[in-house]
Amino acid sequence: MTPLQRVQEKFQSQIVETHAFRGDETVVVRPGALREIAKFLKEDPQMDFNYLMDLTAVDYLFFAGGRIQKEPRFEVVYHFYSLTHNHRLRVKVPVDEKDPQVDTLTDLWASANWYEREVWDMYGIRFKGHPNLKRILMYEEFKGHALRKDYPFNKRQPLIGPVY
Amino acid sequence: MSFLSSASNFFTSKLDDALGWARKYSIFQYPFVTACCGMEYMSTAAGHYDVDRFGAGFPRFSPRQSDVLFVVGTINHKMAPVLRTVYDQMCEPKWVVAFGVCTCTGGFYDNYATVMGIDTIIPVDIYIPGCPPRPENVLDGLMKLQDKIQKGEQSRTLYDPRTKTGRPAHLLEGYSIQQHIREREALS
Repeated sequence: MTPLQRVQEKFQSQIVETHAFRGDETVVVRPGALREIAKFLKEDPQMDFNYLMDLTAVDYLFFAGGRIQKEPRFEVVYHFYSLTHNHRLRVKVPVDEKDPQVDTLTDLWASANWYEREVWDMYGIRFKGHPNLKRILMYEEFKGHALRKDYPFNKRQPLIGPVY
Repeated sequence: MSFLSSASNFFTSKLDDALGWARKYSIFQYPFVTACCGMEYMSTAAGHYDVDRFGAGFPRFSPRQSDVLFVVGTINHKMAPVLRTVYDQMCEPKWVVAFGVCTCTGGFYDNYATVMGIDTIIPVDIYIPGCPPRPENVLDGLMKLQDKIQKGEQSRTLYDPRTKTGRPAHLLEGYSIQQHIREREALS
């Protein structure tokens, strides 16, 4: 039984969508169930996802050149890997534009700390319960979130020197 | 002092020549290395190309002890105040070399993070283009810098992208240690 099938079996009502292609498994879950599912992924001996490989986000504004309208606008993406079982699972959480907020996973995987700060810095998605949610790449004076698709690519916010 | 300043221009001009000659063959450089150009900088500095042949083989990692600021690699807005502070901390006479296209113009970057040319924040004497520049290119730039040092020339202008012209370096927005010193000297 693959990790995806086990998650499907246990959290049937909390899953929005699944996808699997040649062992590359993805599950889209409801924001409210993220922590519960993440805890299961980490603590269940048959899942044992002890390594959070990546945590990032996607902004679907103007997706595919504006041809595809995706609702809600953001998605937070988690890549989990189990060193004991050598299996992987990708978890996605849709995030609404009006209140971009997800629960933190810092207490389960310590490496989520900086990843979540980066997602906050670049996409403006808040992580509820994060111990130190401040910018990690940009400076504190920076206004806005640079990787949002509606951030003008030629906008400049210099700390010193002329505005360019 | 009289024979230095008034009696003979011949002597002072010869003294300047001698000073320029001494300075150009004892360049104490401050390598401000931030990105991939650093590899090419190291290659130029190491035995094969050997920047020591030009008297510039001794990097000093304190701005107080160096004459030439080598800005090697992309400078972003977060780093810009640091670079400006390092420049301000250097003692006169001082020169600045922009090493690689990122420092010259921003290079292929056109985004929220990158300073589009360090000459918008500090005056630049020599521009070495290339991504990264070949060591030969660097040595060519170094020799051009030596010519400038020999002549006693220093850049005192910043590039203003709004007007697309140069402007005096002390007009930079924000703080400047040198401006502070000049103002204090004017008061005393």
